[in-house]
Amino acid sequence: MNLRHFSVLLLVVVVLIPWAGLGKYPLHLMVMAALWGYIYTSWAIMGRLGMVSFGHGAFLGVGAYSVVLCWNLWGLSPWIGALIGVVATVVLAVIIGYPCFRFKIVGHYFALVTLALSEVVRLVIVALREQTGGSLGITPKSALGGGESYSLMALQFDSKLVWFYIMLAFWLMALWVWHQVDRSMTRLALQAISDEEDAAASVGIPVNRSKLQVTVLSAVMTCIGGVLYAQYQLYISPETVSGISISLQMVFGAIAGGMFILLGPTFGAVFLLILSEGLRILVGNDIHGVDQLIYGLLLVLFIIFMPEGILGGLLKRLKAQPAQSGQQSLAQRS
Amino acid sequence: MDSIFDIFLLEAVLNGVLLGGLLALLSLGLNLIFGVIDVVWICYAELVMIGMYGIWWLHTQQGLPLPLAMVISISMVAACGVLLHQYVVSPVLSAEPINQLLVTGGVLFFLQAFATVLFGVEFRNVGFRMPSLNLGDMSFSGARLVAFGVAVAAIGGMWWFLRNTYLGTAIRAISQDRGVMPLMGVNARQIYTLTSALGGGFAGLAACLLVLQYDVHPAIGLTFGPLTFLICVLGGLGNLIGGLVAAFVFAQFISVGGFFLQLEWGYVIAFVFFIAVMFWKPEGLLSKRR
Repeated sequence: MNLRHFSVLLLVVVVLIPWAGLGKYPLHLMVMAALWGYIYTSWAIMGRLGMVSFGHGAFLGVGAYSVVLCWNLWGLSPWIGALIGVVATVVLAVIIGYPCFRFKIVGHYFALVTLALSEVVRLVIVALREQTGGSLGITPKSALGGGESYSLMALQFDSKLVWFYIMLAFWLMALWVWHQVDRSMTRLALQAISDEEDAAASVGIPVNRSKLQVTVLSAVMTCIGGVLYAQYQLYISPETVSGISISLQMVFGAIAGGMFILLGPTFGAVFLLILSEGLRILVGNDIHGVDQLIYGLLLVLFIIFMPEGILGGLLKRLKAQPAQSGQQSLAQRS
Repeated sequence: MDSIFDIFLLEAVLNGVLLGGLLALLSLGLNLIFGVIDVVWICYAELVMIGMYGIWWLHTQQGLPLPLAMVISISMVAACGVLLHQYVVSPVLSAEPINQLLVTGGVLFFLQAFATVLFGVEFRNVGFRMPSLNLGDMSFSGARLVAFGVAVAAIGGMWWFLRNTYLGTAIRAISQDRGVMPLMGVNARQIYTLTSALGGGFAGLAACLLVLQYDVHPAIGLTFGPLTFLICVLGGLGNLIGGLVAAFVFAQFISVGGFFLQLEWGYVIAFVFFIAVMFWKPEGLLSKRR
C-alpha cells in the first residue's frame, strides 16, 4: 500500500483509538497533542516561508483572553468572543506586518520586533489586572452548573472525547490549509522572495501583499488555537498563553519536528509532549524543571546538528540512501 | 505655578536616569557581543540571573563576604560567556542568524530550568540593605544610586579600554569589518573569546548591581531580557552609544509612564514606542550601519 493509503489508515486508527477505552489522562494527552500540533502547524505556515516570528504568543493570548473576557465580563458567547479575537488578531498582524514588510525588516530584526509585540500583549494583560486577573490568570465561568455535560453556546464541553474530535478537526484543517498554501502561487512567490527579494519584486511578485496574507493567516489560526486552549483548559494566565516563553516554545516545537514538512510541527508537538510527560514519570513531580532542562538542551543540540528537525532529518536520510547505493554500483562498475 | 513642578514627577524622572544607567550597562554587554560577533545572545538576561544566584549562594549559603562573592560571580559569568560562545554559538556562526537566536533561546530555557532545579522557584534575597538618600520630598534608594555609579564607571572604563588599548581597538575594528581583520594580523578567534568574556563579565557586573535591589528567581530574566534586546535594537544593534541613549530613553518611558499610570503601562508605552521607532527607522535611532 502506498503512503496515501497508509496515512488514511493511520488517521482512522487515531480517530477510533479513544473508543478503545482510554483513560482520562491518555485522552487528555491526545487532546493536547492535537491542539499543539494545530498551533505549531499554524506558526510554521509562516515560519517555513522565511518569516520566523517570535511573537505568536501575542495572537494566542489575544484569542484566549478574548473569549474568556467576553464571557466573564459581558456574558458574550465564546463564538462572539472568538470573532472579536480574530478581528483583533487581524488588526495586530497587519499593524506589525505591514510596516515590517514595507520597511524590509527581516531576519532577526523581525524576530525581535515580533517578540516585542508578544511582550506588549502580555504586559497589557497583566496591566489590566482588574479585568484579567493579571498574573494570577483567569477561568471562564462555568456554564455547566445544572448538571449538563455541555453547552454549545458557552463552548464548554465536559467530555474530553468531544474535545479530542474538535481538536482533531482543527488539526486536519490546519494540514489542509498548509497544503493549500503549499500549492498556491503565494507560496512560490514567498519562496522566491526569501531567496532574492528584489529579483522577485522585479518580476512583478506582490511581495508585501503575499507576506501579509500569510502572516494574517498564520496569526488568525494561532488566535483560534488560543480560543480552543482557553475553552478546553479552562484556565489561562499571561505567561502560559502570551509572552516570550510560549512564543519560543512554538518555534521550538515546529523546528524540532521539522518546519518544512507538513507533519513536522505535529511531530514536534508529540515529541515535546512525550518528553515532558516521560520525564515527569521518570523523575517525578518533586523536581520541577527537569523537562525544561532537557528541552533547552535538545533545542541547542537540534539547532546545531539537526536544524531541519527530527522528521526532516529522517526524510533526508531516507532520500540519501538510494543515491548512496547508486554511487556504490557505479564505483563497482568502473 | 507650583502645580507644574511636581516633586514626585521629578523623582520619577531622576529614578528613570538611575534606571537608565543600569539598563545601559546591560545593553553594553549585549551590543558588544553583537557588534563583534554578530550574534544576539537571547539568553543574556539568564546569564545575569545565574550571576545573581551565584552571589546569593556564595554569600548567604556559603557565608562568603559580599564583595568576594561578587568578584567570584563576575568571573564565573565571564567564563560562562566564553563557554557559551565556544560550544553553542561557534557551531552555528555560519548558519542563518535565526539559528543563532534559536540556539541561544535553547540556552535560555536550559539556564532557567537549571536554576529551578538547583534553587527552586522561590524568590531569594541577598539581604543587603542600603540607606536611602533623601532630597526634600524625594527619596532615592541607596542601592539604585550605587548601581548607577558603578554602571557609569564601568561604561567609562569600557570606553577607555576600547579607545586606548590594542585589544580594544581590535574589537572596534572587527565590528567594523569582520572579514578584513584576520588579514590585518588579528586572531579573530581570540577576539571573539575575549569579547565573550567581556560580555559575560558585564552580565556578571549587572548581576551584582541588580542583586542589591531585587530578589532573584528563575524567571527574572524574562522581566528585563526582552527589554534589553529592545534597547539594543532601538539604539542600533552593535552601536554602543546608541544603546546608551536608547537605555536612558527607555528608562524614562518606564519611570515616568509608571508614575502617571500603573507600572506595567510604563513598559507597554516603552515597547510600543520601540515598535513605532522600528517602523520609522528600522536600523535604530543612531545606527550608522544598515
